[in-house]
Amino acid sequence: MRFDVAPGPHTAPIASVPITMRRVLYALAPAALAHVWFFGSGFAINFVVATVTALAAEAAVLRLRRRPTRVPLNDCSAIVTAALLSFAIPPLAPWWIPAFGAFCAIVVAKHLYGGLGRNLFNPAMVGYVVLLISFPAELTQWIPPRMGDLDYQHLAFLAHLSYSLTGALPTDVTVDALTRATPLDLVKEGLRSAQTYSEIRAGSLFGGIAGRGWEWINSFIALGGLYLLYTGTIRWQIPIMLLVGLLFPATLLWLFDPDRFATPGFHLFSGATLLGAFFIATDPVSAAESDRGRLIYGAGIGFLTYCIRTWGGYPDGMAFSVLLMNSAVPLIDRYTRPRIYGRD
Amino acid sequence: MLIGTVVLAGLALGLCAVLVLTDRLLPAGRDRVAEQVESLLPRIQCAQCGYPGCRPYAEAIAAGEADINRCPPGGEDTVRRLAEFLGREVVALDTTLGSASMNRVARIDEHNCIGCNRCVPVCPVDAVVGVQQTIHAVIAAHCTGCEICLAHCPVDCIDLIPRDA
Amino acid sequence: MLEYTPDRRPTGGLRLPAHKEASTAQPIARGFVPRTLVLALQQHQGPPTTPVVRRGERVLRGQVVARARALRSAAVHASTSGHVRAIEDRLVPSVHAVHRTRCIVIDADGEDEPLPPGAGSAWPEDPEKQLKSIRDGGIVGLGGGVFPTAEKLGPQTPCKVLIINGVECEPYISCDDMLMREAAAEIVDGALIMRELLAAPECIVAVERDKPQAIEALLEAGRASGDASLRLADIPTIYPTGGERQLVEMLTGEEVPSTHYPSEIGYICQNVGTAFAVHRLVRAGEPLLSRVVTVAGDGIARPQNVETPIGTPIGELIEFCGGYRGDVDRLILGGSMMGYALPNDEMPITKGSNCLIAAARTEVRQDFSERFCIRCGNCGTACPARLLPQELLRAARDNDHALLDEFGLTDCIECGCCDVICPSHIPLTEVFRNAKFAHARYQRQEVFSAETQQRFRRHEERERADVQRGKDLQDQIRHEVETDEPARQQAIEAAIERARQRRSQDTDSE
Ligand code: SF4
Ligand code: SF4
Ligand code: SF4
Ligand code: SF4
Repeated sequence: MRFDVAPGPHTAPIASVPITMRRVLYALAPAALAHVWFFGSGFAINFVVATVTALAAEAAVLRLRRRPTRVPLNDCSAIVTAALLSFAIPPLAPWWIPAFGAFCAIVVAKHLYGGLGRNLFNPAMVGYVVLLISFPAELTQWIPPRMGDLDYQHLAFLAHLSYSLTGALPTDVTVDALTRATPLDLVKEGLRSAQTYSEIRAGSLFGGIAGRGWEWINSFIALGGLYLLYTGTIRWQIPIMLLVGLLFPATLLWLFDPDRFATPGFHLFSGATLLGAFFIATDPVSAAESDRGRLIYGAGIGFLTYCIRTWGGYPDGMAFSVLLMNSAVPLIDRYTRPRIYGRD
Repeated sequence: MLIGTVVLAGLALGLCAVLVLTDRLLPAGRDRVAEQVESLLPRIQCAQCGYPGCRPYAEAIAAGEADINRCPPGGEDTVRRLAEFLGREVVALDTTLGSASMNRVARIDEHNCIGCNRCVPVCPVDAVVGVQQTIHAVIAAHCTGCEICLAHCPVDCIDLIPRDA
Repeated sequence: MLEYTPDRRPTGGLRLPAHKEASTAQPIARGFVPRTLVLALQQHQGPPTTPVVRRGERVLRGQVVARARALRSAAVHASTSGHVRAIEDRLVPSVHAVHRTRCIVIDADGEDEPLPPGAGSAWPEDPEKQLKSIRDGGIVGLGGGVFPTAEKLGPQTPCKVLIINGVECEPYISCDDMLMREAAAEIVDGALIMRELLAAPECIVAVERDKPQAIEALLEAGRASGDASLRLADIPTIYPTGGERQLVEMLTGEEVPSTHYPSEIGYICQNVGTAFAVHRLVRAGEPLLSRVVTVAGDGIARPQNVETPIGTPIGELIEFCGGYRGDVDRLILGGSMMGYALPNDEMPITKGSNCLIAAARTEVRQDFSERFCIRCGNCGTACPARLLPQELLRAARDNDHALLDEFGLTDCIECGCCDVICPSHIPLTEVFRNAKFAHARYQRQEVFSAETQQRFRRHEERERADVQRGKDLQDQIRHEVETDEPARQQAIEAAIERARQRRSQDTDSE
């Protein structure tokens, strides 16, 4: 009897890119729902706009580069980029903000470097930083969380949609009435104007550990991160070392002077710390390749984020730190190659 | 703003000038380049490139006088590696130069060899052994298949055979 | 016998579905006699054997049909009685691929008549003769490497530890497991014989933890033997800890240098099947005639382990196991990781064939489309040799031989872990296999080129020196002649004198 031959190994592969990306999306879902609950439908609108733009841009570029479109499109990586970007953008942003961000992420950060697997920088963070630098005003339009005792005003879905698409608000509201500084902003501004940390913390936006609402969203993000760790989608090196790199200096300085430095808990549950640790820095393409390299890479991001938050000009520094460490990856890779078995 | 622009532009221009000057003024270690180019060639000294050996050809390449597609035994692979090393365009192999291949070796037909010893001195790698009036032989492990000896045999008794045969 | 757990974790590796339940559900099937035998002259790593039978001759079970002439060789025996039909070239599976080699084809007569008792030589006293006896007994490494056992047991660097490898970590393969369960005492005896030969102070039997019955049986046998140098190590169930280098590291913490074999640093690894064969040879005078083969996969009617005479055509073995069941997508020789697909089932079982998988579509890789590497690093984490397969991949596809060296292409053991774990489904192992050929060719070429360059330099120098010497001589004469007037006169007179003499000689002879 004759048989077809095929090269070994014959065991079927036990991992795949679409499955990995889909797991990431599942892991983000609870946090996304919490986001919508606390900050209204803005996140959903941004996410849809970003996803549509990202997929369209990807298809267009692939077409231009004369590459097959089906396989890269169904690997969901563009959707993950869109989702991460949407977490970074304030809910009250006009539609072209997520659209432009997603466009930059896919076209500039991903495809100009050669597509998935070749990009040096994390696409979502490139998209976000481009937005942050080009449209600083739009990127501060955060709104207060839906909390019983807080004075908040959320737009209904349709009103929000029409604001996003046309910029028109219902007659009785103004942008200023809707927006509020984020806890990170408050801390930064407060410390700068010589308030003590505990004075700032007394504000109504703060909960037990960090910003109200934010605590919840970030807890869900951590939950998603644990799911990724559990399923083996990501490995522990980057998230753990990122948290260590951030919390270690945070704890030291806070112990040194609790009036001038925020608590480690605040750092942990504010801004993009957990999102960065589990979802952004773990993007395999732009991270260091060996386990040892990833320890350094993660710690570097954490430490830089702390520095930017504490001494830099921006309230949060995750995006910048990720991009900075991305650019250090070739160097890290070079010096952290594992020693090959049986060689010195 | 103005100062910044001037400083940065000046810096860029200045460094640019330094680069250009170092390239022009320093001899660029032509010898070292030639050596590295030589190491990318097959180094079988067949002279098909039109130079009397791989080193002269390498020197010509390093001096920018020769094309990188003149080595038949090296084939497309060598052209590609040279192009990459020198930052030149990949060009198609010049097929007019010959067809020497490292997969063949010379063999002397001992029934016809007259022991004239003419093939011995011309072999660039001393692969032919024999003294006058005796039958000569090719050391297959040393022969590069360069075809040089073929033309010097008065009775045409040297052939090329596949190396592994 | 002491049982212990090595306190090291294996580097890399994967936990894979074992697929061993079906074939271990019943004891090893014995007493199978094939209708035909195809005995390849080269079933070991080393020079082929020389046939000593002729066409038409009747051979008996246990009779030598091809002798080992070289040291690194092992004789071949008829594994049943019959008539030699032909000695011809056939396709035969070898370690990494199918190759064409000379075979003795025997039509079995079904009588399975053995050599008369006492025909085999008794186990000699002299260690030198003992090695020869092992060589003549046709024993080779039965784990798949088929290295002649006599060569491995020979006097070389002193042996620190004899490792009996019963790890059998690859999916589907269960022949060693079954043999350990059923013949633990024989294996222990064989191990002790080899330990004696090597004068090894210690002998470790390594078994994977997922084989409790085998471990139990071995412990029992070890206790019964009463030998204090024996230990049993239970190894975590992770593929590929059964690889020689991986096993040495796991058991001793020592790495085998890239440039050496384990035996060169004092660790001799022998498969449990080999230990069993040595026992049979020494205690019963029986050469290597059969081996246990796992027949597995969803495409086989009765998956099981069969004691198979060497040389049995694969088709006949399948038939013995009830034939194929359903659509068989691929016929794999070896395990599902390191095994390779056979083009047909007419080839014989050789000494190195440990497993045969008749695989249905659902159990083997079907998707051969690949994506870009996403640099996830899974492959590096899984690589037991601590390589960075993604970097190797790039170097291999760019044909960059310097990088291939730097990233350790030749240290890849082709275990397939990187391949199976890669989310982009890149056929890494295949790329590396091919790259190894290209790389070896390139390195040979480099050595040749460098030598050629040297020869050319010497040739040129000599030529230059020759020319120079000629010039020097001329110069010297001219110099002498031009500067020294009396010498010049002398030279002229000498020439005239010579001419005169010749003339007078000429006239004399007239
Ligand atoms: S053609 Fe012959 S002599 Fe010229 S570079 Fe190539 S191998 Fe050397
Ligand atoms: S023997 Fe002839 S073909 Fe071979 S290297 Fe010498 S000259 Fe060239
Ligand atoms: S096949 Fe080679 S590179 Fe891949 S995991 Fe095994 S040893 Fe490492
Ligand atoms: S496992 Fe595959 S995708 Fe991941 S780094 Fe290795 S080669 Fe690239």
